Amino acid sequence: MGWAIALHGGAGDIPRSLPPERREPRLATLRRCLDLGTAALRAGRPALDVVELVVREMENCPHFNAGRGSVLTTDGTVEMEACVMDGNTMRCGAVSGLSTVVNAVSLARLVMEKTPHIYLAFDGAEAFAREQGVETMDPSHFITEENKERLRQAKEANRVQIDYTQPIKGQETQAPKDDNSRIGTVGCVAIDAAGNLATATSTGGLVNKMVGRIGDTPVIGAGTYANSLCAVSATGKGEAIIRHTVARDVAAVMEHGGLSLQEAAARVVAGVPPGNVGLVAVSGAGEVSMVHNTAGMFRACATEGGHSEVGIWPDDANGHC
Amino acid sequence: MARWAIAIHGGAGVDPNLPEHRQEEAKRVLARCLQVGMDALRGGARALDVVEAVVRELETDPFFNSGRGSALTRRGTVEMEASIMDGRGRRCGAVSGVSTVKNPVSLARLVMDKSPHSYLAFDGAEEFARDQGVEVVDNSYFITEDNVGMLKLAKEANSILFDYRIPLAGPETCSALAGSENHSGMVINGLPISIYAPETVGCAVVDSNGFCAAATSTGGLMNKMAGRIGDSPLIGSGTYACDLCAVSCTGEGEAIIRSTLARDVAAVMEYRGAGLQEAVDYCVKERLDEGFAGLIAVSRSGEVAYGFNCTGMFRGCATEDGFMEVGIWE
Repeated sequence: MGWAIALHGGAGDIPRSLPPERREPRLATLRRCLDLGTAALRAGRPALDVVELVVREMENCPHFNAGRGSVLTTDGTVEMEACVMDGNTMRCGAVSGLSTVVNAVSLARLVMEKTPHIYLAFDGAEAFAREQGVETMDPSHFITEENKERLRQAKEANRVQIDYTQPIKGQETQAPKDDNSRIGTVGCVAIDAAGNLATATSTGGLVNKMVGRIGDTPVIGAGTYANSLCAVSATGKGEAIIRHTVARDVAAVMEHGGLSLQEAAARVVAGVPPGNVGLVAVSGAGEVSMVHNTAGMFRACATEGGHSEVGIWPDDANGHC
Repeated sequence: MARWAIAIHGGAGVDPNLPEHRQEEAKRVLARCLQVGMDALRGGARALDVVEAVVRELETDPFFNSGRGSALTRRGTVEMEASIMDGRGRRCGAVSGVSTVKNPVSLARLVMDKSPHSYLAFDGAEEFARDQGVEVVDNSYFITEDNVGMLKLAKEANSILFDYRIPLAGPETCSALAGSENHSGMVINGLPISIYAPETVGCAVVDSNGFCAAATSTGGLMNKMAGRIGDSPLIGSGTYACDLCAVSCTGEGEAIIRSTLARDVAAVMEYRGAGLQEAVDYCVKERLDEGFAGLIAVSRSGEVAYGFNCTGMFRGCATEDGFMEVGIWE
């Protein structure tokens, strides 16, 4: 059976017309992260370590909506959140409302390992970060020009968006097909050589979100979930993912309905209104699923059996390895 | 016409030696709040409105750990959280880190009804509260003398307490407790049951149209780290409602989150076709591992059910056909 890994950089209405300069850096990061993850799995690293290191890489990449490159709140600030879960022990950790922590996913893991709690947020989470001595930067470090522009456009349109992949004004002239373009959130799921499952998700949230808004990512069972059957990381419209308890439902449908990972993931995603969700998942049997009901999802996967895939739109591949 | 039903709770994990007068007081509060819900349901009120009204009552009464009477953080402040879910359409709202809002459950409802989001926390939630003009008070309003005493003991014991309602006896209390017998041998959140007391409040309702709703509210763990979020505001963990049922949980928050307890009850009904009591029993027995928790639930066909794997849960339930009960023990 062997190891397997899948990761995503956000699902949404990613237009086919997305220009190369906006597509290639993200694909390159996906490839690099896939390589890092597979190298770690080949070296026998545990799944939890692997998902954390992959998500850290994606947080550090300014082209994804997590860590540096996070989208901005309505106040022009960054409030990051993340979550990790270990499938075999079902231990988990989550953080929200971070503004200075370079790697939210690692802080989430520290909450899991170093506190009696599961979830810390805002000032309390920032205080914990300092106690733990994790790397922090001035809030301005996380803010990119692209995201300032996205916020400006969102305010003009007076809309909340998950992200906005349309070209920044002045570069490209193509009008957005759908203003609710959804790219954002990064995540990784893996099963290691010992058969342990883990998941990690990290995000800056929604463009122009209200200060204090929490999405699906840190809500166990919504955007992130793992047990001994599968590990899931979801992306899309947070409010819809919470209401549909997406990540938890994939495992529940497998368990109670006896479905395979593919079938369960497809069924759960189909049950959410179109254009709202995507997810990556691996099962205890080594299956991989990457499915979305949006136009596209930045994604990549690989298995020990030798399959690998990097893509954006549905016809880029089969959606599984 | 469907039959209405209502269940409420005031927390799971009760000391078997809880003084009689405290037990009576608990039952009085539960009965009063249950009656508020029953009267509303008899008048044809909607499930969502009923759960909000009942939880508001429970929050306002200082007896339980929510609103006034909330457990204190390690800083001696109150950080409240709540969530509400309408089974009809599965709309939901939640808040965390609320420190001046008199009724967190109502703020959670406003998040659901009046914001584009599902969950607001800390400064953002407080700002939203002011925008909405909800009733706010000074943080000190929520702090009771009892809980200030509890926090001191908890810090001395250097552990996390859910809460602690047994009256303080004096300076010798801590050492007396340290030597006190733990009759049932049960430990909740690192404390023997003899010096731990539970709470969080919740309500699950099905109205006469067969629609379900649930709400949960709490101050969380005594001596918790600032910023700690528990299960109560997490949809699928502490609260859940869909067209089949509505659930509200209480107990060790971390255990409830890991097991996504509220969602699991509904999932077992939905995917396995189990009945309400069967689903409740299964989840309490099979999903909690070493964690202690309890829950209340109602189904769209007018049933009520509850379950807990620890010594006691403050609860009340009533159905349209005249059944009414308030209880603590098995």
